[in-house]
Amino acid sequence: MRLLVLVGTRKGLFVLSADAKRRRWGIDGPHFLGESVNHAVLDPRDGRTLLAAVKAGHLGPTVFRSDDRGKTWKEAATPPAFAKAPAGESGESVDHVFWLAPGHAREKGQWYAGSSPAGLFVSDDAGRTWSGVAGFNSHPDRRKWIGKPGEGPPDGNTLHSINVDPFDPSHLYIGLSAGGVFETRDRGASWTPLNAGCAADFLPDPNAAYGHDPHCLRIHPKARDVVYQQNHCGIYRLDRPANRWIRVGLNMPKAVGDIGFPMVLHPRDPKTAWVFPMDGGTVWPRMPIGGKPAAYVTRDAGASWKRQDAGLPPAHGWFTVKRQAMAADALDPVGLYFGTTGGEVWSSFDEGASWNCLCLHLPQVHSIETAIVT
Amino acid sequence: MKVLLPSPLASYTANRREVEAEGATLAELLADLDRRYPGIRFRVIDEQDAIRPHIKIFVNREQAPTLAAALRPADEVLVVAALSGG
Repeated sequence: MRLLVLVGTRKGLFVLSADAKRRRWGIDGPHFLGESVNHAVLDPRDGRTLLAAVKAGHLGPTVFRSDDRGKTWKEAATPPAFAKAPAGESGESVDHVFWLAPGHAREKGQWYAGSSPAGLFVSDDAGRTWSGVAGFNSHPDRRKWIGKPGEGPPDGNTLHSINVDPFDPSHLYIGLSAGGVFETRDRGASWTPLNAGCAADFLPDPNAAYGHDPHCLRIHPKARDVVYQQNHCGIYRLDRPANRWIRVGLNMPKAVGDIGFPMVLHPRDPKTAWVFPMDGGTVWPRMPIGGKPAAYVTRDAGASWKRQDAGLPPAHGWFTVKRQAMAADALDPVGLYFGTTGGEVWSSFDEGASWNCLCLHLPQVHSIETAIVT
Repeated sequence: MKVLLPSPLASYTANRREVEAEGATLAELLADLDRRYPGIRFRVIDEQDAIRPHIKIFVNREQAPTLAAALRPADEVLVVAALSGG
């Protein structure tokens, strides 16, 4: 058994690997040297197919796929792309593929991809060919949901956090930044905003149906209908069938607040989750509060939070942990990993109680994913 | 006709920077290029048939703004990866 930690960076993909005890580590890469890798995910259904969202500085975006866990790569024959506009009309083009998500466990070969500008794409042949999900990409309200071109986050409005309900393959959640959380119960044919209870301090209407800014949304893989969200305006939990988010981040220490980017769930315990708070005050520095990095864990579904900073820099830790750049493994005790904009990968093998730096001097880390292979 | 390619596209052509392709327009030439080197077109031309922001294409040293540019067999097409930063 090997543990893989897939590290997507601004200049390539690195694959860290370890034995079952996580004592001996190796590093493989860079794959796609010099190209930006927003996300790389191993298919949990076959343990071999690896997809990577890749874009070079000069070239257009694409998806590469590997049938042998990254030994060899082949580009998608038809990468995610918007439909060509009718003659005389302007159309959209994918700037970058941002998020990759395997489909439901029973639907082998199905994958989803989210892009910037916000678009949703699906592949039914393990990432070889992609087509737009018309129910979202052509939805008459999509333009209102995703905002105007050029507005939104610095890297553009983005579709991320594609979560396929493990109990219902027709039920998906997505996050739009800035647009909000949406869900479909018919495989993407129709969509409903799901933002009640979420704050949106930057919107004039406190009860707006959409326009919110989810940073990372995670559905629990084992517990039915448990959803957590790290939002631009707080940390939330949603227990379906309820439709109103509960701001569990209000239980964080007031001096720390509940702003951040990643949201990480325990693979087995739906009451345990981790966040990595960032400074969202003044001009939004997006770095650890006071330069003192720390994860926070809840063991009671957000009712209380505990600081976890042992081993992390006690001061002058000025980095950002991006929304895709923190993940858990499925071992016991759970291992945690986060990557920084300074090119470090930190790990904890005791569920966050202590941290150690696993890797230095990588390019800016965009994403972290884990996989266990045999 | 002769097509000169920048280094970011070398992985598509087995590191050949000078290749041959045919077409009466730039659009046809790029389609032929993609047949010979699958995937190369989408990295330089987007789904709306626009030349990507950091790519420039020159025909006989004159910049071609769109894919409608007419070509003759003796023309030389130069694809340039312009500055992208970072």
